[in-house]
Amino acid sequence: MSDEKNKFENPDYAKRTVIGPDGKSFVVDPMQDYFLDARPKVYEPVSIPVVEKFLNWARSESLWVLGFGTGCGSIEIPPLMTPRFDAFRFGVQSRATPRQSNVFIISGYLSIKTLKRVVRSYEQMQNPKYVLALGSCTINGGMYFDSYNTINRLDHYIPVDVYVAGCMPRPEALLAGFNKLKSLIREGKAENGNKYVKDFDWYKANQKKIIKDWNMPDYNW
Amino acid sequence: MEFDFKHLGFTLLGLLIVLNWGLLMSALMQKIGARVARRIGIRLYQPWIDLIKNYAIRSQISHGIMFYLGPVFRFSGGVGIFLFMPLIVGSVMWSNYSFQGDLVLIMYFQFFGMLGMALGAGESGHPNSAIGISRGLAQFTAIEAPLTLAIISLAIQYNTLSIVDIVEAQQGGIQNWSAWTNPFATIAGMLAALGSMGHSPFNLVKAPNEIPIGPPTEYHGTFLGVLRTNAAILHVMEAALFMNLFFGGANNWFEFILKTFLIYFWSVFVGVVFPRFRIEQSVAWFFKIPLIAGVVAIILFM
Repeated sequence: MSDEKNKFENPDYAKRTVIGPDGKSFVVDPMQDYFLDARPKVYEPVSIPVVEKFLNWARSESLWVLGFGTGCGSIEIPPLMTPRFDAFRFGVQSRATPRQSNVFIISGYLSIKTLKRVVRSYEQMQNPKYVLALGSCTINGGMYFDSYNTINRLDHYIPVDVYVAGCMPRPEALLAGFNKLKSLIREGKAENGNKYVKDFDWYKANQKKIIKDWNMPDYNW
Repeated sequence: MEFDFKHLGFTLLGLLIVLNWGLLMSALMQKIGARVARRIGIRLYQPWIDLIKNYAIRSQISHGIMFYLGPVFRFSGGVGIFLFMPLIVGSVMWSNYSFQGDLVLIMYFQFFGMLGMALGAGESGHPNSAIGISRGLAQFTAIEAPLTLAIISLAIQYNTLSIVDIVEAQQGGIQNWSAWTNPFATIAGMLAALGSMGHSPFNLVKAPNEIPIGPPTEYHGTFLGVLRTNAAILHVMEAALFMNLFFGGANNWFEFILKTFLIYFWSVFVGVVFPRFRIEQSVAWFFKIPLIAGVVAIILFM
């Protein structure tokens, strides 16, 4: 561990020896105790085509969205779920925890600070998982293209299944994006959870290049 | 009682019917909630797709042995209630194994699942799980007080703890139902039912926009699938328990479905009207009118 990296680390996360209430001393390493940092694995689809097709149909009709608003685009999510557009009709529901979600909507610009949380949340989602990028900011930075603290291309950091362009895209565009995602899943082309694992080192290098205060394990599921 | 394969077959068939009815009922209730909010709502077959999707999640992670066992305990709690619950009055085959158990066993199974889930969710180590568990157990303890008083009142009234006997004592017309012969126990029981069904205003434990999702925060994939399968069975079984205790049981499957629907609808009906309680409000609420009604029901039959 280099000194430069240590500079950013919270002293609470440092490895240390603690004396417990019973007088015995033991070693605490919060970075290892709180997170699991094993390398991710590739999960191949079921080898029987009919079964995989059926499961993909079920996956496409039951999209659980992680409620994580990153930028201004998250303002488009409430109308999507409320009476005007009512995405529940199409099997889209929102979940509050990354463990149970399948779809991650990156709603708009991503500051570097948020990217760190996005990476952690994305890695905590279970395979198969899909990313729907909302707005121009996720494609090329949009109106924040020369900002000092936002990223320009999202798919350098996490793999993206569907882009919904616009500034801001309206909920109709988001629904069209969901339909596109559904057809991708049904065709078996939405395997970006595995792609992330296969190109893991590339993604990690990109993430570390931009996140300077990297004080978490490389992979934290 | 001798082991009988036919009886076992009927019990498994009953479990299948109850599971599917539970899934359909949860879809119907979500649909009703959506219509109240002027939405169209989910499709009626959505719960089945969600189940398939959850069972088909490829990667699962574990936080330890209890994390695995939590959903198993919860599921065995739900199936345990099913096994000892008479579904149709007078039918040996549709009574499951109710002759071997009684009300106390069912009360125990209700708590058994909660405790197993508490241990499992506790091991997941997520702070939201821990908060959810403490809230859930506090609320369930508050629910148990009026519910237990109502059940003790019924036990004194009918001089038995067997559900089969309680149901059979209520046959012969609507005037024999406990709802008429023991109204205070029914009030206490049905108000406690609001809490045990887990809808608003008592859904603080699992509401997604509170502490996210509560105890099952870390549960995903097959774990969540098992929990949802159990929830479908448990909702029907809780409605069936109140049906058997207060509303004369069911003489056929149509009556079973109608009565469980209406009893479950009672909690949804209250839920769409009233906003969510905080935990101290909901615990205090159960110690007011429901508890007083339960005590009155006991005093009347002493």
